[in-house]
Amino acid sequence: MKIAVCIKQVPARDAVLRLNAESTWVRETDVSFEINEPDIYALEEALRLREKRGGEVAVCTLGPERAAQALKEALAKGADRAWHLDDPAFQNLDAYATARVLAAAVARENPDLVLTGLQADDDGFAQTGVILAEMLGWPHATIIMEIQASEKALKVKRELEAGWFQWIEMPLPAVLTIQSGINKPRYATLKGILAAKNKPLQKLGFEGLGLAPEAVSLRQKISKIYAPPKSGKTEFLEGASKEIARKLVEKLKNEARVI
Amino acid sequence: MGDEVLVFAEHHGGKPARAAWEALAGGQRLARDIGAAVATVVAGEDVAALADELAGAELSEVVALTSPLLRDYTPDGYTAALFQVIEQRQPRFVVFSHTYQARDFAPRLAAREGRGLIGDCLGYRRDGDRLVFVRPVFQGKLCADTEFVGEPPYFVSFQAAAFREDSVQRGAAPARVTSVAASLTPETIRAQAGEPFREAKQAVDLTQARAIVAVGRGIKGPENLELAKKLAEALGAELGASRPICDSGWLPMDRQIGSSGQTVAPHLYVALGISGAIQHQVGMKGSRTIVAINKDKEAPIFEIATYGVVGDLFEIVPPLIEEIKKKKPA
Repeated sequence: MKIAVCIKQVPARDAVLRLNAESTWVRETDVSFEINEPDIYALEEALRLREKRGGEVAVCTLGPERAAQALKEALAKGADRAWHLDDPAFQNLDAYATARVLAAAVARENPDLVLTGLQADDDGFAQTGVILAEMLGWPHATIIMEIQASEKALKVKRELEAGWFQWIEMPLPAVLTIQSGINKPRYATLKGILAAKNKPLQKLGFEGLGLAPEAVSLRQKISKIYAPPKSGKTEFLEGASKEIARKLVEKLKNEARVI
Repeated sequence: MGDEVLVFAEHHGGKPARAAWEALAGGQRLARDIGAAVATVVAGEDVAALADELAGAELSEVVALTSPLLRDYTPDGYTAALFQVIEQRQPRFVVFSHTYQARDFAPRLAAREGRGLIGDCLGYRRDGDRLVFVRPVFQGKLCADTEFVGEPPYFVSFQAAAFREDSVQRGAAPARVTSVAASLTPETIRAQAGEPFREAKQAVDLTQARAIVAVGRGIKGPENLELAKKLAEALGAELGASRPICDSGWLPMDRQIGSSGQTVAPHLYVALGISGAIQHQVGMKGSRTIVAINKDKEAPIFEIATYGVVGDLFEIVPPLIEEIKKKKPA
């Protein structure tokens, strides 16, 4: 089975975010980056499928030069090869345009299965995988918590709201978006890190993918980002730890009357 | 070219979902603001009763979209059927609630139309002639004003409680119901959906707890759970967790609070090291008193907390346990 995994490099979860000069995104020079968490689970699931069924795992990202690090990490964890979609024209794309570029890259490779995380922790679109499926003309399922694969078909467990699930069966090729917690992702081993240096990492740009200029036209754009307005209802308690503890218990007992 | 806002009405178990009413409330407001009519579409095998119920809202029309192949929700079936309605009506806006179902097919539907979906919106505002949709980015740490580019139809989804279900305007007379037969063939539906089920009976029912101590990533490692357990014991509280804690296997899934776990509303909710992403908030914001302890003063949990402590939970919780023991009658 040939599996492609689409991953994204996003600012680290604990990064302190500052706005850029135009307040249209965060200042990227300030933050460290990591692989988007649900994408790590998607990669792990692909590696497990390969271990069970044979085949190969190719990992793909769309992002600037720094995103090559995410691919190297994925190769170190065990992916066989990587494609890096990097072009000045690929900056600040919306979900639709991102999916369009990814679709062009995936179509060249013609995998049996595409896995990706259910959403990116930075822009939070939760759309790219679904749109990718539409552009490829393949079936899809979202928020997946288990995959059972055979030669030509899949049975997957989709998470619904409030602790409900359902099984979904579909033919291959297909696109799945993976929920965090589906597995226990592995860490890269030293051997893996060394092996990664010799694995193919191919760079592809706008022309290499044979894209038409309108492929990167936007359907939505961010005009401004900002900190959420404060409701101001929270009463903050300050002081030394002991003093805070005393004040808090006092309030819970006498004001909120919950203890 | 109809100047119309078309609202997708989700349903479960023969009733319009709460999300359907919330989407209708949003769609009605949007329609008033742009001077458009508002219609709704409900899809299924037999939706006559659903359509009649929805027709109580002030609407220009209820489209009852039917096919035997729409009996169960599938992304292929819904995308193909709704696409036919949109092609025929050419609405200016198509409005959804940002539910798991909408997340599953709305991006696909918009893409089939060659258009974009601005998803998970907290709301919108008018800025001159422009409509600016506000959505969370970076896990709710920041908001993004987002605008459509290009031609309609524009697809938008609003997150839970962005509009109140009880703010739906009722009509003076029932709205007209139009039946539309979707043209689908069995081959259209590639991904086949099974019956929804729950995992083995939930061992812990957090919904009945009067007090809950919930832990998030700030607890750092499973070895530190003991501290949270001690606090829970002192308060007579149940232990809960945000999703990442259960994903990591530090606590079982049945202790998870949030959109994919349990929805709770205890008298006291103590959030330890929980940033409070929307997925967590929807599961606990009904709590009467919320205490949040978090290192990051920008954490969204402080938006809904009654009492907030910006600091290291490992320094605050031990004296807190001592104080509670002192104050509580033995």
